[in-house]
Amino acid sequence: MRQLLIFIRKEFLHVFRDRKTLLMLFGLPIAQIVLFGFALSNEIKDSRIALVDYSKDAVTAKLIGKIEASHYFDIQRTLASGEQLNAAFKRGDIKMAVIFPQNFGDDLIHTGKATLQVVADASDPNQATTITNYLESIVTDFNGELAQDAQQPMQILPQMQMLYNPELRGAPNFVPGVMALVLMLVCTMMTSVAIVREKELGTMEILLVSPFKPIYIVIAKLAPNLLISIVNLFIILVLSDIFLDLPVKGSMLLLLFCSILFIMTSLSIGLLLSINAKTQQAAMMGSLMGMMLPTMLLTGFLFPIENMPLFLRVLSNLVPSRWYFIIVKRVMLKGLGFGAVWKETSILAGMTLFLFAISLRNFKIRLQ
Amino acid sequence: MITIDKLTKTYNKGQVLAIKDVSLEVKRGELFGLIGPDGAGKTTIFRILTTLLLADKGTATVNGCDVVKDYVKIRNNVGYMPGRFSLYQDLTIEENLNFFATVFGTSIRENYDLIKDIYIQIEPFKDRRAGKLSGGMKQKLALCCALIHKPAVLFLDEPTTGVDVVSRKEFWEMLARLKAEGITIMVSTPYMDEANRCDRIALIQKGQILSVDTPAGIVGQFPVDLYAVHSANTHKLLREVRNYPGTDSCFAFGDALHVTFKGGAAGAHEAGAGPAGLTNYLRERGLADVGMEKIPPGVEDCFIQLLKS
Repeated sequence: MRQLLIFIRKEFLHVFRDRKTLLMLFGLPIAQIVLFGFALSNEIKDSRIALVDYSKDAVTAKLIGKIEASHYFDIQRTLASGEQLNAAFKRGDIKMAVIFPQNFGDDLIHTGKATLQVVADASDPNQATTITNYLESIVTDFNGELAQDAQQPMQILPQMQMLYNPELRGAPNFVPGVMALVLMLVCTMMTSVAIVREKELGTMEILLVSPFKPIYIVIAKLAPNLLISIVNLFIILVLSDIFLDLPVKGSMLLLLFCSILFIMTSLSIGLLLSINAKTQQAAMMGSLMGMMLPTMLLTGFLFPIENMPLFLRVLSNLVPSRWYFIIVKRVMLKGLGFGAVWKETSILAGMTLFLFAISLRNFKIRLQ
Repeated sequence: MITIDKLTKTYNKGQVLAIKDVSLEVKRGELFGLIGPDGAGKTTIFRILTTLLLADKGTATVNGCDVVKDYVKIRNNVGYMPGRFSLYQDLTIEENLNFFATVFGTSIRENYDLIKDIYIQIEPFKDRRAGKLSGGMKQKLALCCALIHKPAVLFLDEPTTGVDVVSRKEFWEMLARLKAEGITIMVSTPYMDEANRCDRIALIQKGQILSVDTPAGIVGQFPVDLYAVHSANTHKLLREVRNYPGTDSCFAFGDALHVTFKGGAAGAHEAGAGPAGLTNYLRERGLADVGMEKIPPGVEDCFIQLLKS
């Protein structure tokens, strides 16, 4: 046991003395979150929208005044017909159109209900969600004022329509995606280099000619990477809660458990690469090319898997991050419990056991 | 203590022959030298004995344990210092030593006596990272790490390669002290001048053992008289001595040539041949300052002689 502990301590020393790598390890998730977060979903100001008022009554005037007063929108009122709106959307001149149908004010006063049509260009799902949310909150405020003033209940119902991308893929998808990507990359790359480095340095020769057991070497190599990955996980979760307004809705414990499982899967992949690679460079390239691309492409956070050809859909089942991505979406974003992710969790557990077993079997107790 | 019986090892699926039918025996408490140039197969022998490689053919035992079947036992009992510096460059001297002590289930304090003489020299730098040490200090640290668990057998693969002359001398003095502690040591070196420090040596070339004996025994086997020839113009001297019809072999050794003559000792006394004839021959060709004396052969002379036959 003391042997294992000092080995683990040594591995930590390796990690902490390699400042550049350390910086990269913790810089990567931060950079990813900041990049994705700020580049894609920063507050949007002065979005160009079209306002079409077919009703032209006191209520619409009041609501339009409120919309105009907010700094979010740059309003165009010259468009009148459906064709004109369509063309403007296609040219990308406007990001959203707000249409007051005829008799808007009358409907509201007499029936207590009026429908506001909101059409947004969802080809950029982040922006579409953001600006429709802005509008929705303005309308909600306005509803509140109406309820205070009026005797009978009155409500304006915005009817949202997302053009081009009705499912709004992408928006909250990227945090689970980044989590999968970062954990996968850090774990496989760090681990794949760890054992090959001992081989390249020649220290593996000495370690082999010692009473130290191979399983200890493996465990010691994995320990620092596991810890770093868990720290990274928390960095991502905190950043996405603070900056992206995406808190963990479900059980933190469940998310942590599944994340550690996924980290173990990634570590096993790195281990397998490490045991079979001859040089650090080969291991690095293997984990970059072999893991980064499939993780980016076949996880489902950049491109929907359902739209892929059959071959890629089948292939994507072998990518662990695909299952982790589903778990995070369900637990973190939708707040579902273990019942919703048990299948994915067992797949990850199976993969981990399988990979770990092969790695241990392939661990060479001699040189070549 | 170590027995090697007809070991053969090839690399690349039999294409490259590393060692062929090597048989050796090292006695308990012996300081045994494996002497040969780079690529002779020294490292292969070490790796088979330390259970890192499997031989194609043949058997070997270390301390009575078979290198294949009892590899775990061997790994508990031997100290191994690979040819390449194989410690953690980003760890300090003390951390390296502490790590290896713990890995072998012991502590620095427990076996401090054994390494004291060596460690005391590098102790002032114990907080320095191994990567920043000089070649000699690295080797001393590596030796400490290989010794820290008090092994029964110590395998040192080219421990003095790339180390300055003074450190090399110190290193061999340390080995002599370790031998006095009763540790069996097998050491390899490409430097023939270090051979005399060993109890017995094996000369190895191209994977085959040329001769096994004490250094004195090896030197005693030298069949002919050996002469050292020197002149200010070594370059011309070498050319002319090689042209001399009576020359059997001629190699440059530092600033002198080591020369043997055809017909051995007998040929040396014939007129117009042998050393006397050579002096005249060289004088005729403008080399007036030639000095020549008979010298006792060294291990390297024997090695070259063995290669020829």
